[in-house]
Amino acid sequence: MIPPGFADNDGMKPQILPVAAFTTTGLTKVYGEGRAAVHALRGVDLQIPAGEIVVLLGPSGSGKSTLLNIIGGLDRATAGTACFQDMNLSTMTDAQLTRYRRDHVGFVFQFYNLMPSLTARENVELVTEIARDPMDADEALALVGLRERTHHFPAQLSGGEQQRVAIARAIAKRPTVLFCDEPTGALDSTTGRMVLQVLKDVNETLGSTVLIVTHAAATAQMADRVIYFADGAIREVVRNTTKLTPADIEW
Amino acid sequence: MSPLDRKLLRDLWRIKGQAAAIGAVIAVGVLLLVMMTGLVTSLDETRRAYYERYRLADIFAPVTRAPERLIADLAEIPGVASAEGRVTGAALIDLDGLDLPLRAQTISLPDFGDPRLNDIYLTDGRRIDSDRTNEILLLQSFARAHGLEPGAMLSATLNGARRTFRIVGLAQSPEFLYTTATGELVPGDSRFGVSWVRRAALAAACDVEAAFYEALLTIGRNADEAAVLDRVDRLLDRYGGTGAYGRADHTSDRFVSEEIAGLHATSKSVPPIFLAVAAFLLYIVIGRMVQSEREQIGLVKAFGYSNLEVGAHYFKLVIVIAAGGGIAGCLLGVAAGRGMITLYTAYFKFPFLLFQVDPGSFVTGFLVSVLAASAGGLMVLHRVFRLTPADAMRPPAPADYSRTGSIGHSIMVFLDQPSRMVLRRLTRQPGRMAGAVIGIAAGMALSVAMISILAGFDRTIALTFGVIDRSNATVTFTQAVSAKTIFELRRIPGVIEVEPVRVVPAILRNGLHTYRTAINGLVATPRLNRAVDSEVRTIEMRSDGIILARGLADLLHIEPGDSLTVEVREGRQPVLRIPVTGIAESLLGSPAYMEMTALNRVLREPYRVSGAFLRVDSTSADAIYRSLKEMPTVAGVSLKNDTRVAFQKMMDNGAGAMRYVMLAIAAIITFGIVYNAARIAYAERARDLASLRVIGFTKAEVAFVLLGELALVTLVALPLGSVLGYHLTFIVAEGYSSDLYQIPVVFTPESYGLAALAVIGAAIVSGWLVKWTMDQADLVSALKTRE
Repeated sequence: MIPPGFADNDGMKPQILPVAAFTTTGLTKVYGEGRAAVHALRGVDLQIPAGEIVVLLGPSGSGKSTLLNIIGGLDRATAGTACFQDMNLSTMTDAQLTRYRRDHVGFVFQFYNLMPSLTARENVELVTEIARDPMDADEALALVGLRERTHHFPAQLSGGEQQRVAIARAIAKRPTVLFCDEPTGALDSTTGRMVLQVLKDVNETLGSTVLIVTHAAATAQMADRVIYFADGAIREVVRNTTKLTPADIEW
Repeated sequence: MSPLDRKLLRDLWRIKGQAAAIGAVIAVGVLLLVMMTGLVTSLDETRRAYYERYRLADIFAPVTRAPERLIADLAEIPGVASAEGRVTGAALIDLDGLDLPLRAQTISLPDFGDPRLNDIYLTDGRRIDSDRTNEILLLQSFARAHGLEPGAMLSATLNGARRTFRIVGLAQSPEFLYTTATGELVPGDSRFGVSWVRRAALAAACDVEAAFYEALLTIGRNADEAAVLDRVDRLLDRYGGTGAYGRADHTSDRFVSEEIAGLHATSKSVPPIFLAVAAFLLYIVIGRMVQSEREQIGLVKAFGYSNLEVGAHYFKLVIVIAAGGGIAGCLLGVAAGRGMITLYTAYFKFPFLLFQVDPGSFVTGFLVSVLAASAGGLMVLHRVFRLTPADAMRPPAPADYSRTGSIGHSIMVFLDQPSRMVLRRLTRQPGRMAGAVIGIAAGMALSVAMISILAGFDRTIALTFGVIDRSNATVTFTQAVSAKTIFELRRIPGVIEVEPVRVVPAILRNGLHTYRTAINGLVATPRLNRAVDSEVRTIEMRSDGIILARGLADLLHIEPGDSLTVEVREGRQPVLRIPVTGIAESLLGSPAYMEMTALNRVLREPYRVSGAFLRVDSTSADAIYRSLKEMPTVAGVSLKNDTRVAFQKMMDNGAGAMRYVMLAIAAIITFGIVYNAARIAYAERARDLASLRVIGFTKAEVAFVLLGELALVTLVALPLGSVLGYHLTFIVAEGYSSDLYQIPVVFTPESYGLAALAVIGAAIVSGWLVKWTMDQADLVSALKTRE
C-alpha cells in the first residue's frame, strides 16, 4: 500500500508528488426547498494540490464562494463529500470543524473582519493565543510590511493596511491553507497588488496552499491553477505555465 | 401601503423579541399608571358617593352626656347645615362556643324613621321596625365572620345588663369602612362588631332620657370647619365634650385616605421610572438599527426621499412599539384594576365599588409612553438627518477604539485578547455601559426595596407582638376603675403577671401641629407592655414628662426637652404643659406614654386603672377567659395572638397585597433591562463574533466575549443596585408608613442576596437566550454583511 501523496515510480525510490490538499466528490449545495430551491453547487468533483496558489474565478452566484465556505469548514454540503487531506469535512461535528479551522485554516475576507476593539498586533495575537504552533505576532506583521503600525487600531489604518493585518492574522498560525474571499475587492489596484504580493510571499515562505475566490480575472495571472466556475459547476481548470508576479499583473 | 411602511412591518417582525421586551416595560409602566390612578379615582369617587348617599356627618362630637335640646343650639352654629344626636355605647356580645365576649359598639337609630345623618346600607334582612326595642342590626362583615344571619337571636351586654335581641338585618355603614375596637389599631372583622338598635332600647339600657352621647353635624360647602369645631367644643364643654373632630380624623376615613394617598404617590413616582427605562432602550435599539441600515438610508435618500420622510419611517417604528405598549398597558391596567378593586371592596367594606377608569389616565399613559419613546427616537433621528447619501453608502470606518488603548495599559498586559475586547467595549462607550448598569441597578434596587419592605413588615410584627408587648392578653375595663380590680385579676388561677394601665384620650399640641391620640399611663418599670428605645431597651417611665413614639414626635415636630401641650379629654379635662423626656420606637400606632401615677395625679383620680396587661399560663387560658367574662367591670379582652393574626391578614390583603405586585414588577423590569442589554450587545457584535468563530474560536470562547460584557455589567450593577436599593428602601418604607403603623427599614442581607440572585438569574437566562441565538447564527452571512 502506497501512502497517500506517494506515487509508485517504477518500483524505484519514492518521489514526492503534490499532495491533494482538498478532494471533493459530487459536492452539492442547495439553498431552500422545492420551487424556491437554489442550486449553488451541482456536484463538484475537484482536487486541489497542496502548496499551490489556486484562483477560483467566476461571476457572482456561480458557486465559488459556496465551495470555499464548505471546504473552509464554515458551511455544510447538501450532498457529496469534501475531504481535507485525509479528513472528511462532511462528517465532522461543529466542534471538529471549529478545531479544523483553528488548526489549519486562515481566512482573509473582502471586508477584513478585524476586531475594531483590538490593535493590529492584538488582532494577530487573537489567533496566536489559540494556535498550536504560531509565529510571533510581530513577525507576522513584518511579513505583511506592517511592523511600524502594530499599535494602531483598525480605525487608524487604511483599507489596504487593514487587509494586510487580516492577512497577518490569517498567516500567524502558519496555516495549512489560506482562504481569501475577494481579498482585493474593496481595495484600489496599487493596494490590491500589494496584498496579492503578500499572499504570494506567504505561499512561498510558509508553503501554505492559497485559495483565492475572486471575480477579478486579472488575479488569475499569479495562480498556479485557475478554476473557472459557472452555474454551480466547474467549467474549466487551467494550469498556468507562466505565473506573473502581482506587480506585473495587468489590472 | 408604501414600500417604506412594508419595510417597517418586516423590521418590526425581525426585532419582535426586543420590541416585545421594550413594549412590556412600557406596558408595565402604563399598567401601573392606569391601575393606580383608576383605583384612586374609584376609591375617591365611591367614598364620596357613599358618604353623600348615606349622609355621613362632617363633624363628630362625642360628649359624656348632653341634653337633646343642645342639638338645636348646635344646628344654629354658623356654617352647620344639620345636626343630630345619638346614643352610643360599648357592648359585649356573647356567642355560644366563644370563651371571650366580643367587643362591639352599639349605635342608636331614631325611634321613628331613618337617621338623618350616618344612615346605614342594609345588605340583608330588613330595618328595625319602629319602636321595636328587641331588634338589632349587625355590621355585615362581623355577622358573616361569625355565621350570624337575620332571624338569629343574640345575647348582648349593654351597660352591664344582659339583653337578648333578634337580628333582623345586616348592614354596612360609611363610618365603618374600617373597623377597630376603641383604642386599637388593627382591624379584624371577627374581633370587633358594630350593632344598631332603636334609640329607646339603648337609652333605656344606658339610663338616658332626652340626652345624647354623640352629636353628628354636617357643614355647608363653604363653612370653616376649624371655626365650627371650636364653637362646638365650647358649646359641649360643660357636658363633658371630649373634643369634636372632623371627618378626616375619623379612624375609618383616615385609614381609607392613607390608602388613597399611598396609591396616589405611587402612581406618580413608579410609572415614570419604567417609561424612562423604555425610552433608553428604544434609543439604543433604534440607534443600532439606523447604524446597520445606513446603506439603505443613503439609498432611499439618493432616490429622493427627504430627511423627514426617512426620519418619519424610523420614528413610526418607535411610535408603533410605544403605542403597542401603551395600549397593552391600558388594557392590562383596567384588568388589573378590576382585580384589585375586588380586594379593596372586601377590605374597605364598601357596598359597591366599581372600578372606574380615569379616562385621563388613558390619555396620560398613552401620551407619556409615546413621548418618552419619542425622546429616545428623536435622539436617533438626528443621526439619520446627518447622514448624506454618499456617506451612508460608503462602508463606515471601523469603530474607533484608539482612545481606549491607553486606558489601564498595566492591566491590559495581563489579559488575553478576548478579555481586552470585553474591557475595551466597556471603556469605549462608558455612557452606554453606565446606562445599562444603572438600568439593571434600578431594577435590582426596586427588588431590594420591596424585599426589604417585606422584611420590614415581618419586623413590625415581630417587634410589636414579640418584644414591645410581652403580655398574652389585654383587658379593658368599662371605665377607669379602682386599682383593687388589679388584685382581683391577680387572684385568678393561672394568671402569672398583671400590669395595670391607665389610658386616657388626649389631644397633643405643639404649635400648629396637633394629634388626637390616647396617653398610655404605664407603671414606672413596665415589663409586659413597654416603651422601648432604638436599642429595644425598656424605657423607664418618669413622673416628670411624656414619652412619644418617634412617628408621633416627627408628626408634632417636637424633640426631647421641648414642652408639649396635652389636652386630656377625660374626667376634668386638664390642659397640661409637659416636657418630652424620651422617644420610643413604636411600629404600631403612634402612642404616647406617661407614668401612671403621675397621669392619675394630674387627672386628680388616684389609683385608677382603665385596663391591664396579662401574662397567663397557657394551659389555663380558657378558664381565665371564662372568669374574665364573668367580671362586670371588664369591657373586653383582646388576645395578642388574635391581634397578631389580624394584623398579618391586614398586611397580606388589600393595601399589603400591593407589595407583592410591586415585587413582581421589579422582577419584570430587571429582566427586561438585562435581556435587552444582552440582545443589544449581541446585535452590535454579531459580525465580530462570527469572525471569531471563523478563525477558529469555539462557541464557548466566543460566548465569553459576548457574555463577559454582560457579566461585567451585571457585576458592576450588583453593588450599585444594593446601594440604590438601600436608599430606595427608606423612601418606600416612608411611603408605606403612616401614623397607623410604621414600616422600619430593616437591613437584611437576605434581601440583598435575593435581589442579587434575581438579577444574576435574569442575566443567566438572558445570556442563555442570546447564546442560543448566537449558536444558530449563520457564519457565512455574518461575514458577508459589512458594518
